[in-house]
Amino acid sequence: MGDAEVIRMERHRAERGPASAAGRCGARTTEGRLCRNRARPSGYCARHEEVTASAEPSAFEADLERVLAFLRRRLTGDYPIDDFGFDRDLTENVLMPMLRPLYERWWRIEQRGVENIPTAGPALLVANHSGTLPLDALMMRLGVFDATGRHCRLLAADFPFRLPFVGQLARKSGNTLACNEDATRLLKGGELVGVFPEGYKGVGKLFRDRYKLQRFGRGGFVEVALKTGAPIVPVAIVGAEEIYPLLHNVKPLARLLGFPYFPVTPTFPLLGPLGLIPLPSKWTMVFGEPIETEGLTAAAASDPMFVFNLTDQVRESIQQSLYRTLMSRRGVFA
Amino acid sequence: MAKQRVLITGISRHLGGRLAQRLEQDPDVGDIYGVDFDPPSHELNRTEFVRADIRNPLIVKVLQATEVDTVVHAAVIATPGGAGGRAQMKEINVIGTMQLLAACQKAEKLRKVVMKSTTTVYGSEPTDPAVFTEDMGPQSQPKTGYAKDAWEVENYARSFGRRRPDVALTLLRFANFIGPRIQTPLTRYLSLPIVPTAFGYDPRMQLIHEDDAVEVLYRAVREDHPGTFNAAGDGVVYLSQLIRMGGKVPAPIMTPFFGVTSSLVRRTGLVDFSPEQIGFLLYGRVGDTERLKTQFGYTPKFTTKEAVRDFLATRKLPKVFSELQAEQWERELYAFLARRRRQSRVQALEGN
Repeated sequence: MGDAEVIRMERHRAERGPASAAGRCGARTTEGRLCRNRARPSGYCARHEEVTASAEPSAFEADLERVLAFLRRRLTGDYPIDDFGFDRDLTENVLMPMLRPLYERWWRIEQRGVENIPTAGPALLVANHSGTLPLDALMMRLGVFDATGRHCRLLAADFPFRLPFVGQLARKSGNTLACNEDATRLLKGGELVGVFPEGYKGVGKLFRDRYKLQRFGRGGFVEVALKTGAPIVPVAIVGAEEIYPLLHNVKPLARLLGFPYFPVTPTFPLLGPLGLIPLPSKWTMVFGEPIETEGLTAAAASDPMFVFNLTDQVRESIQQSLYRTLMSRRGVFA
Repeated sequence: MAKQRVLITGISRHLGGRLAQRLEQDPDVGDIYGVDFDPPSHELNRTEFVRADIRNPLIVKVLQATEVDTVVHAAVIATPGGAGGRAQMKEINVIGTMQLLAACQKAEKLRKVVMKSTTTVYGSEPTDPAVFTEDMGPQSQPKTGYAKDAWEVENYARSFGRRRPDVALTLLRFANFIGPRIQTPLTRYLSLPIVPTAFGYDPRMQLIHEDDAVEVLYRAVREDHPGTFNAAGDGVVYLSQLIRMGGKVPAPIMTPFFGVTSSLVRRTGLVDFSPEQIGFLLYGRVGDTERLKTQFGYTPKFTTKEAVRDFLATRKLPKVFSELQAEQWERELYAFLARRRRQSRVQALEGN
């Protein structure tokens, strides 16, 4: 029994430091042995006191604790998800930190009009779509989160949800299929919802058509906003058009592979995987003044003419914002 | 007022048996009849067992002789294994339901029909809405297996409801069952030590505890709730979470081979997974339970996660690692790394 007691004390001393019983310092020396100096009330000797004082509450240990707790949660499945499959734990601790360097360093994204994003309650963010790969959507999601602390739930086409890994990540990061049911449910739940009404027509358009807004679907997003009374925030994203300049769309290949389009950019497929590195254009993300739909009722949602007009109004507002931002832009990469 | 007289099909099965047990405890319920080919496996006191085949037109005689006012149809089966093949399963499900409902139409004393259905009717596709409400149907008509049967059975039930508007029809779409005693393909699947999953897919799942399922059936019999209701515990879990909660290891299999593997696993008899369930293992499915809570007036006692915990706690399944172990690893790793860091700082300072 005595032996067991000794071992436990050793370990305890090594771990925590304050070895008050023995009255010895709790730190280890360069040779890896326990320090034999007399401990002060802090549990360390005079020499080691200042070392450990600076080391103990260090950011390192706090980080370590967080990382390990995260790993434990993943290992035991102990994390909540919502009905849409949004895994906040994974999104905030892994996915967003992975994207942040792209946001801050690579594209140096500048935000304007962040105060137009409601801090509470539902809202529909409507943005232009570009860039061959929908990275603008991911950046908008991250930008909104970093500016307001709110998660902007994106509505995506069905193509990503068919793919392995991509579909899974899309769901886990809180996005869902662009359909009326899901959009209505999210807005009724008071969420921020992001939508790109141009869809493939926007993200897969040729470089020469850059910053020309394409047709806005069937205006389904306006109907949903009207039905739920959520304000519509027009968002203009400048810079994403230049990340993969799409020179040509190889339609037969796209059809063969089941892709919505098959892009040819100056670097892809010429440079193979290297061609996947996006160009470091400088981005600006402008959030416009919200268009209120509160006073308008469900009757307005079932009036097609009204819906068309409101859709056009939103579209026009984004197009104007794009032009204004482009005018003030110093250069594509500056 | 005369006491309620109830007939339950599928009495030899777990939920049918437990529902009969629950009804037996209620003094306001009169005679209870259980219909099945096999005798009930549960201990029943005042339930009368009628050995009959619902596919046989004789079932109309049973209904007339027993003079029941409530029929609970819980005999629709989910897996071909239990029935002796897919053809047999389809017979029991579709023809059986048709015969039963035909008999119900002739039963004059009948006032209520409760159908045990399933959220499987919604299918599982990547283009599904995230959450299904009762007003939605499948994205595309299910072409095979249980999903097709369940959808056809519901359609027969609905047309029966139109022909007999005086009979209250309750359709209960249950999520996958889980619990300490119930045996389903999913419980057997989750009991495997290494769980095959589809590589790159993580379906969302919603489960209902067997106790809650029995309670919902019981209330549908005792109270009047005509209409269609999704029944599931609160909350959603990913399959990967289920596997981790059980302390098991997932074995991801590339999707082209997934079908082959699952049929191999099916051959071994360990898990009876029909091919249409593969969609479920890729994309999952979630139903909206708002109507159950507000209109039906029942909130399941177990959330999806609690139901899983109850299942894991009572089954004593082999675990590769436990939660306590994970916590211990966390503590030890922390102590080790923090100590290393402290040491290196001491070294750095002593070196100066």
